[in-house]
Amino acid sequence: MNQYPLWKYLLILLSLLLGLVYTLPNFYGESPAVQVLPLRSSLKADTALLARVDEVLKSAQLAPEVVSLDATSVKARFADTDTQLKAKDVLQAQLGEDYMVALNLLSRSPQWLPDYFNALPMYLGLDLRGGVHFLMQVDMKGSLDKALESSSGDIRSTLREANIAYSGVSRDGSIVTTKFRDADARSKGEEELKQRFAGLEFNSSESGSDFLLHGRLKQQEQLRIQEAAIQQNLTTLRNRVNELGVAEPVIQQQGADRIVVQLPGVQDTARAKEILGRTATLEVRLVDDERQIGSGSVAPFGTEIFKDSDGSLLLVKKSVILTGDSIDDAQPGFDSRNNEPAVHINLDAKGARKFKDATRENVGKRMAIILFEKGRGEVVTAPVIREEIGGGRVQISGRMNTVEANDTALLLRAGALATPMEIIEERTIGPSLGADNIKRGFDSTKIGFIAIAIFMIVYYLMFGTVSVLALGANLLLLVALLSMMQATLTLPGMAGIALTLGMAIDANVLINERIREELRNGVPPQMAIHTGYENAFATILDSNITTLIAGIALFMFGSGPIKGFAVVLCLGILTSMFSAVMVSRMLVNLIYGRKTRLNKVAIG
Amino acid sequence: MEFFRIKKDIPFMSYGKVTTSISLVTFLLAVFFLATKGLNFGVDFTGGTVMEVHYAQPADINKVREQLASVGLKDSLVQNFGTSHDVLIQVPLKQNTMGAKLSDHVVETLRQQDASVELRRVEFVGPQVGKDLVENGAMALLLVSLGIVGYLWIRFEWKFGLAAIIANLHDVVIILGFFAFFQWEFSLSVLAAVLAVLGYSVNESVVVFDRIRENFRKMRKTEVAEIIDNAITRTMSRTIITHASTQMMVTAMLFLGGETLHYFALALTIGILFSIYSSVLVASPLLMMFGVSREDFIKPEKTEAEEVLP
Repeated sequence: MNQYPLWKYLLILLSLLLGLVYTLPNFYGESPAVQVLPLRSSLKADTALLARVDEVLKSAQLAPEVVSLDATSVKARFADTDTQLKAKDVLQAQLGEDYMVALNLLSRSPQWLPDYFNALPMYLGLDLRGGVHFLMQVDMKGSLDKALESSSGDIRSTLREANIAYSGVSRDGSIVTTKFRDADARSKGEEELKQRFAGLEFNSSESGSDFLLHGRLKQQEQLRIQEAAIQQNLTTLRNRVNELGVAEPVIQQQGADRIVVQLPGVQDTARAKEILGRTATLEVRLVDDERQIGSGSVAPFGTEIFKDSDGSLLLVKKSVILTGDSIDDAQPGFDSRNNEPAVHINLDAKGARKFKDATRENVGKRMAIILFEKGRGEVVTAPVIREEIGGGRVQISGRMNTVEANDTALLLRAGALATPMEIIEERTIGPSLGADNIKRGFDSTKIGFIAIAIFMIVYYLMFGTVSVLALGANLLLLVALLSMMQATLTLPGMAGIALTLGMAIDANVLINERIREELRNGVPPQMAIHTGYENAFATILDSNITTLIAGIALFMFGSGPIKGFAVVLCLGILTSMFSAVMVSRMLVNLIYGRKTRLNKVAIG
Repeated sequence: MEFFRIKKDIPFMSYGKVTTSISLVTFLLAVFFLATKGLNFGVDFTGGTVMEVHYAQPADINKVREQLASVGLKDSLVQNFGTSHDVLIQVPLKQNTMGAKLSDHVVETLRQQDASVELRRVEFVGPQVGKDLVENGAMALLLVSLGIVGYLWIRFEWKFGLAAIIANLHDVVIILGFFAFFQWEFSLSVLAAVLAVLGYSVNESVVVFDRIRENFRKMRKTEVAEIIDNAITRTMSRTIITHASTQMMVTAMLFLGGETLHYFALALTIGILFSIYSSVLVASPLLMMFGVSREDFIKPEKTEAEEVLP
């Protein structure tokens, strides 16, 4: 009666074994490491880089424990933080600006665990490993206002070019109003503007002697502007975070207009804020192609040397044609003539005039668009001027693929159209506090577990021991699941582990009490065990599902650390159902199941 | 070993009036304190800046206050945190004109006096975020309540769902009442604890309800009150032992978990204590009041069929 078929035993043993394998990496702990990532797309993390890192470290007499290569980077693990910091400095100096050298932690577990099982230690949240969490709000209203403001300027020049009389253009909130003196001019103006401004919708009204035309942004245009603003800010932030040298940063959109930035291990929050909040500017200048430059040469008078994104040098004149303020928009697209990928740039009215003059005088020469950040410029693109360009619509094409067109447009917008961002939430945890938090969470779980174990064994004897073993299996499986899923473990998550264990014992108490009750009613032991488990199961299921409902709601509405708690709670319910019912039943079956004449069981 | 060897059923239902009035009084008191004192919302909800700094020597709280006042942060709250070396500084949102930059400014100010100041933790929450969190918290509470009522309705009957959720929301209000009365800080993790308690203490009611249903099937000729009494008495031993075990874990967190987990564990402790009481002495009398009967579980035709048989 109390026998499982063989496959069931094997299945349970197999899952426990897997649980053990995936829990193992957590026992080995982590060591300080240095991670080298190539920053340019032309550079790859390959065996050559691996050899180079190895060589640099060897010549500096810094002995790494392991140097390994993964898809995006080369990692070197060290015995202590001192060597790690020295190695970082040496590598950064030797490899130069093309590589990011970041501090990281690497698991000390033997190589076969990640290789064959992809088993990694639990992913610790910022409150456990230390670091900074920022929530940034993108000023959407600001970017919409800016878009409207520039179209009101363009409305003026469009009407002027078309020779339509108007008496004024003004912006009030989200509406641009153009005043005309008569209805005829208005209908002509409306026709002209509708053609030119696809993103605006127009309607008209009269006020006194004025004939008014109101333009507002179409719904889809607003969405496009907002989406572009978020994407552009995400790109800008990614570039800046690279500069901070952070391993495993998280930069994600959250909701419609927010961005989460998480920088594990960053301590200098003032510097992080400074770099993240920096504004970039854009300048358009002419390239000096008449003189040649080598890598060591000094720039001649009136010129400067800049690097482009491939790292090659370019001599650029100091006088500025345009600044980023004149650029209204930059979008990737295609050349209408030959369908090659291109970047379309819209200039405002003033910029268009300047650009027209500059291009007329410099046909056949190259112009450089330079992005300045922290006083350091980088050439985004340097196209040849083929002809005079009027009207403020510029197209850059040739020698680029769709991805490059996309990147270029983003970089141009980053310099020209930075939508302001504001930090609306910050959570910084120092490394010592993180370590303290781990210790606290671990200690309370340990002490709580021991207390429960002692109580259960004393109170239910053999069945209590079985319950404690099942609870241990529960802990093992929970930690294994968390490691497998690489779910973020936070301090509330650790509290969740402790709480789930405290709640999981409920199932075993239910079972044990049932068995006692049956025994008291004079049922023979084997039968009592059987009905005890059978009857308790429905109750266990019901009570766990209600907790699961709470867990799911917390997951849906919780943020940050609370989400971590919810994940642990939900997973813990699943593992505790398995271990409290299946694992404990297996143990009881193995202990008592085979005895045909069982007169007494040790249940206290 | 066995603590609860109860021979006769305890007539819980006959105490119904007393227990219901006790819980009504506690409930009203909790509501009273919530209304008059209100919750002491933490920085998560109100917005503002919280900083934890560590000094190499025991910190001089008064000096820290003076330093902060000298840079115009007069209303900031400065207190020791855990040990004499650790100082917690809270700056309300309305004083903060610098947004996220405030914390750097404060650390700089403090370092002028003592270079050993180590910044352990910063939490800055802008006004936009706090509002979202309050809304999300309320949504989560609503969703959990509806989910539980719905589940119990399907699994048992609407009377059970309603009785359980009233009993357990009563626990939630009492936890909140405690936090209002003692003005303990109500943070996001406390909210998580409250919701966990809601899920957990419904367990309690479910276990008793399960027994009641079983008894209705087994004890054909017994009165409803006796059936409930029997169900409670039979499950009492399990109730106490389970809660004691969970409480062991929670107590460990309360004392060893540090400041962050302290209030989390405290909310759980109150929740666990009151959920024993409410699931036994509130949910079951409510169930009686809603008029639970054998017909809720056993279809009348079936009993007729049995009576016809010899």
